[in-house]
Amino acid sequence: MQQDSSVSKYSGKKHVKFSDEALALAHKIMKRYPEGKQKSAILPILHIAQAEFEGWLSVETMDYVATLLKIQSIEVYEVASFYSMFNLKPVGKCVIEVCRTGPCWLMGAEDLVRFIEKKLGIKEGQTTPDGMFTLKTVECLASCGTAPMMQIGETYHENLTFEKCGAVLDEYKNKGEQVSHWRKERIKHHSDIHR
Amino acid sequence: MGKQLLINDLDKDGIATLAGYKTHGGYTALEKALKMKPEEVVEEVKKSGLRGRGGAGFPTGMKWSFIAKPPGVPRYLVCNADESEPGTFKDRYLMQRKPHILVEGMIISSFALGANTSYIYIRGEMMFQYHILEKAIQEAYDAGLLGKNILGSGYDLDLYVHCGAGAYICGEETGLIESLEGKRGNPRIKPPFPAIKGAWGCPTVVNNVETLAAVVPIINMTGDEYAKIGIGKSTGTKLISASGHINKPGVYEIELGVPVEEFIYSDKYCGGIRNGKKLKAVVAGGSSVPILPTELILKTAKGEPRLMSYESLSDGGFVTGTMMGSGGFIAMDEDTSIVKNLWNFTRFYHHESCGQCSPCREGTGWMEKILHKFIEGHAETKDIDLLWDIQGKIEGKTICPLGEAAAWPVAAAIRHFRPEFEEYVKKGRSMIDVKHYYRINNLQPA
Repeated sequence: MQQDSSVSKYSGKKHVKFSDEALALAHKIMKRYPEGKQKSAILPILHIAQAEFEGWLSVETMDYVATLLKIQSIEVYEVASFYSMFNLKPVGKCVIEVCRTGPCWLMGAEDLVRFIEKKLGIKEGQTTPDGMFTLKTVECLASCGTAPMMQIGETYHENLTFEKCGAVLDEYKNKGEQVSHWRKERIKHHSDIHR
Repeated sequence: MGKQLLINDLDKDGIATLAGYKTHGGYTALEKALKMKPEEVVEEVKKSGLRGRGGAGFPTGMKWSFIAKPPGVPRYLVCNADESEPGTFKDRYLMQRKPHILVEGMIISSFALGANTSYIYIRGEMMFQYHILEKAIQEAYDAGLLGKNILGSGYDLDLYVHCGAGAYICGEETGLIESLEGKRGNPRIKPPFPAIKGAWGCPTVVNNVETLAAVVPIINMTGDEYAKIGIGKSTGTKLISASGHINKPGVYEIELGVPVEEFIYSDKYCGGIRNGKKLKAVVAGGSSVPILPTELILKTAKGEPRLMSYESLSDGGFVTGTMMGSGGFIAMDEDTSIVKNLWNFTRFYHHESCGQCSPCREGTGWMEKILHKFIEGHAETKDIDLLWDIQGKIEGKTICPLGEAAAWPVAAAIRHFRPEFEEYVKKGRSMIDVKHYYRINNLQPA
């Protein structure tokens, strides 16, 4: 039987595709590595893929990245499942990543997580029913001097108290639909770079 | 004492831009270096006594001299900006505030090594700093400081930023190289060392951000002058990331050899312990190094004042000493539960173990579970011995040093704070937990 190349042979779903802007960026990044070693671009390109497809990597997305890099799908799966920044399940518009390690923990990160859980009515690892917030705890984000802290998108929110943290979350909530999917800025910033 | 070479001019206007950086003496070291021979640059770095600032403290000049030079094979320099050691945030700070010192340091170092393509491997989480570096590199290209025929010297260099995606293990140099090649960050068995077979099978040197930045003042002032700063074999200055229960957390550049006591209590540095509390313990070089109680961090076992230097911090070995590590200085006040803190660190190592070697993959998980028993109040006395046994069976039995990094904190906590473990066994919790319970619920202790 003839295989339809526009359909994933694993999931049977139609392949996804990058926007022209993202595709151009992906090709630019692949050129940064020695000839024939385009697989090296996998991490930056998976970041772009997350920005393009609602903050997470579906099997279809990973299959697409494999075709871009001319590698086997399994090579993408094994990488995507190794690194903690890649979400393999759908996430909210706004992913809250609270640092839980060492100095942040000493300065009250645990209490901060409980506070956010209470405020949003979800537990760590869950997404609010309206699809707005996902709460994650992550390991040290190299901001120990301004502990406790959390990252939302590309922004670090530091020296947090309950009040400050609550205000930040309210601000994101008020922005509502305008909150772009996390790390979408990545593509925008890159467009200024010529190489 | 008190010389600063890296972050002395952060308050100057536009120091993060090429124009501002140049106004304040930037890129003079590059001009100087390009007039030298590559081996002369390596020689200057050797003379300076500069040691790797990422944690291991290996002499940089020596590392450079190991690089293989087979004809026709490209060589690579990779900057390790995967700063993930809990308690360390100096590289992020430096890259954000003064990106051009890293770019300049990388051009000089690449020239010394004969590399024509170099990469900065930055943590995926640090997107803000990623864009700052991209911008700085673009500025350098536009000014002819990168690309073909740099400043008319005939030397070509392409410099790229590569972002990771959240994995502590990629801070280990061979894990980093695997990750740069687009694979899981599983460290490689050594030998061959990266200097012989590194990225894409070619000779590669991996250096920390601060190490490469320090090359700039070394070339400017000569290696001999740099070696006069500091104390003994700990030459030059070091960025210390100070965090925890201190009045003034932040990044400090110290001349190596400052007494630890001065570093903690002087207003020039940490400014003492916050809320008038007493100091209980210090982790002096990032979460992997052994924790020391107050009496041993301020004074060595011989009773001499302990200094912020590679030798003094490791005085007494691991029995009474610790390590300089990455310079992540975490201070803990009297209300800190050492056992709980250790559980937190161990959970980190369990989460970050790449899973290649069984002692680390399984052992870190066992230690986390046992420590959880302590803080839940189910532990028995024999669990202390079990912890001690497991950590000893991880140390030295893994491909990369993550095994040691996970084992050392456990060993040191038991060595110096055994009574606290025993208190958890006896009472099911420690007095500190009781205090914390009262504090967060606004109750007065009876």
